[in-house]
Amino acid sequence: MQKTVDQLKKGEKGVILSFDIDKIPLKLIEMGCMEGHLVELIQIAPFGDPIYLDMNGTHLAIRKEMAREIVVEIF
Amino acid sequence: MKHPLLKVALIGNPNTGKTSLFNQLTGLNQQVGNYPGITVERKVGICNLSENQKATILDLPGTYSLNANSIDENLVIELLLNKNDTDFPDVVVVVTDVENLKRNLLLFTQIKDLELPAILVINMADQMKIKGISLDILALETVLKTKIALISSRKSTGIAELKNLILDYQSLSTEPCLNSSEIDAPYFKELRRIYPNESLYKLWLVICQNVNFGTVSKAVIIDNSFAKSEPDLKRLQHKETVKRYQFINDLLKETKKIDVSKASGFQATLDRLLTHKVWGYAIFFGILFLIFQSVFAWSSIPMDFIDELFASLSNLASEHLPAGKLTDLIAQGIIPGIGGVVIFIPQIAFLFLSISLLEESGYMSRVVFLMDKGMRRYGLSGKSVVPLISGTACAIPAIMATRNIENWKERLITILVTPFTTCSARIPVYTILISLVIPDERFLGFFNLQGLTLMILYALGFLMAIVSAMILNYYLKFKTKNFFVVEMPQYKFPYYKNVGLNVIEKTKAFVFGAGKIIVSLSIVLWFLASYGPTDSFSNAKEIIQTSPENSLLSTDELDDKIASFKLENSYIGIIGKAIEPAITPLGYDWKIGIGIVASFAAREVFVGTMATIYSVGSHDDEENTIKQRMRAEVHPETGEPIYNFASGISLLLFYAFAMQCMSTLAIVKKETNTWKWPMIQLFVMSGFAYIVALIAYQLLK
Repeated sequence: MQKTVDQLKKGEKGVILSFDIDKIPLKLIEMGCMEGHLVELIQIAPFGDPIYLDMNGTHLAIRKEMAREIVVEIF
Repeated sequence: MKHPLLKVALIGNPNTGKTSLFNQLTGLNQQVGNYPGITVERKVGICNLSENQKATILDLPGTYSLNANSIDENLVIELLLNKNDTDFPDVVVVVTDVENLKRNLLLFTQIKDLELPAILVINMADQMKIKGISLDILALETVLKTKIALISSRKSTGIAELKNLILDYQSLSTEPCLNSSEIDAPYFKELRRIYPNESLYKLWLVICQNVNFGTVSKAVIIDNSFAKSEPDLKRLQHKETVKRYQFINDLLKETKKIDVSKASGFQATLDRLLTHKVWGYAIFFGILFLIFQSVFAWSSIPMDFIDELFASLSNLASEHLPAGKLTDLIAQGIIPGIGGVVIFIPQIAFLFLSISLLEESGYMSRVVFLMDKGMRRYGLSGKSVVPLISGTACAIPAIMATRNIENWKERLITILVTPFTTCSARIPVYTILISLVIPDERFLGFFNLQGLTLMILYALGFLMAIVSAMILNYYLKFKTKNFFVVEMPQYKFPYYKNVGLNVIEKTKAFVFGAGKIIVSLSIVLWFLASYGPTDSFSNAKEIIQTSPENSLLSTDELDDKIASFKLENSYIGIIGKAIEPAITPLGYDWKIGIGIVASFAAREVFVGTMATIYSVGSHDDEENTIKQRMRAEVHPETGEPIYNFASGISLLLFYAFAMQCMSTLAIVKKETNTWKWPMIQLFVMSGFAYIVALIAYQLLK
């Protein structure tokens, strides 16, 4: 099943399939946002945004707006 | 035999313990300054590698890669590209964290591409056993074409081995560990043809970003027929990053093993608690309360001690130095002026200590995460919380801390509103004014009125910051990309050495910076107050003595009159009288006016200025503190105290809102690259302060 990262539930994991390269900053790519890497949603901030992810072993937070551009395959 | 100094550069991702290693290598033997022309902190230290070989260790700003996102990161690249830079290293030490090796190695492979001798430091080796991690060091060294030092910068293990590797740097391979030009072979072949003598990777870095080295500039390369468009370049950078990750993933699959059964859930539990929708905020506000409690309650003990110390120092100076104006200046101008700064060292130290603990422990990132949504409503970012909190210590480091806010509009608003937060330079002004005009009584038998006033002033500062952010958010129309990426580092127990050195360094810089301004301004003010341009100044004695209305006065009263007549006709008196009409509606006399004008250099100058003016104006031999002199000051016509409730509140509000700090204006100019924003801050904030102070005085008088 495919989803975008902002739709993940707490604790849900997926593998990155694709993302819009024009909307994702290079910094995020360097931190591990890359096709084939694993993403897990660890925590959602109290008012629903931003979200806290484990991306290929790196713990980071991004806003939902950016998470919407990343497509993952859930397993 | 002594050898020339070796130059070592430390480079690494943020949160890899690079600073701990720097502190281990250099101890107290370090200097913090700025790079020429820019406000990036430059940390260098000396390290004894062996008996006859010393090295300078340069701690470069933390960076995730050689693709610059900020001026801090830009600096790293420019330094590593420029062989003629005086800081250009003989050897680069790349610091990584064993638990984030995958991401940290990305930077290492880029450094290797620059064909510099590089040592790989794998830090936090003490965690390997606990976390069940094992590494095949030999295989890693072979593939990465380097030497590896396994260290723990906190437990100080492996440091000696690292020093030996640095000493032996000439035996390090300078070969890249992967061929990054494969990502677009024809393109790189073309580059090679045009610049046969330059490193391909250097050329590539110059093309992708705004850095120059030697004779090759971006403009020259872009002129060529095979130049690529901006999106194409980014695609290629993406490809490059993917290639590096593939290389690293393949390597670590073979060389790094993790026994998952050993993974601890402690970090996750802490995260659940600290980012909880109720507990998260409760803990955050609890911590804030604790910080302010420590700043105001606990630091009062050392402050009282310092106060007494400087009072007796003043006494000592005036007793043992020959009597005269110069002694007055030293005893009543310079010493109390410096005392006015030294007295708030405890408060600044507590503030820097708290902020440094929050950052070292990894908690600050969680605060950013918690506050982002709420802050965005006001045009700010979660990352604005850090500058707003550090702004309570000093606006200058706070404004520099906005650099990691990716969105320009959010960053600009943060820069513009940060000076509203109550910085420590306001503390001495507030303290002295509050003790003059607010009674030392308890309200409802519980709250100390003076303490309460101070708290209200802090709250006012934050409130103004938020309100002006809202207004700016409404009026500023920028189209900016909405980037927000924040690393959530592992929680760590703060390392005492890092925290301690940071507190000492910041406090020192602050006190010496302020001290210099205060001493030089005191001297200028004293000079201006001791000389006058007209005959009335030099003939003050005769004018007063011969005036018929003074014939009945005693000698003491006569002396008083002469002194104040002289002061009024001195240069400073003339300046003060000239601005008096503008400040009379606010309830101030011309002496306060001088204090305010001097405060535009830096707020804390106010106390020293008052000390200088009042000591020059009096001939009294009795030792009075500045506070007593201020309390005794009465209006010449009405006979009422100058510092009464109405004028005191008006003055407090003026200091709360006015933009009175040249250093802050200078830093805002540097960070925004235009005089427009600092000028807006200066006039809007000070204008607003004037209006509020005017209303307050007129209502209260």
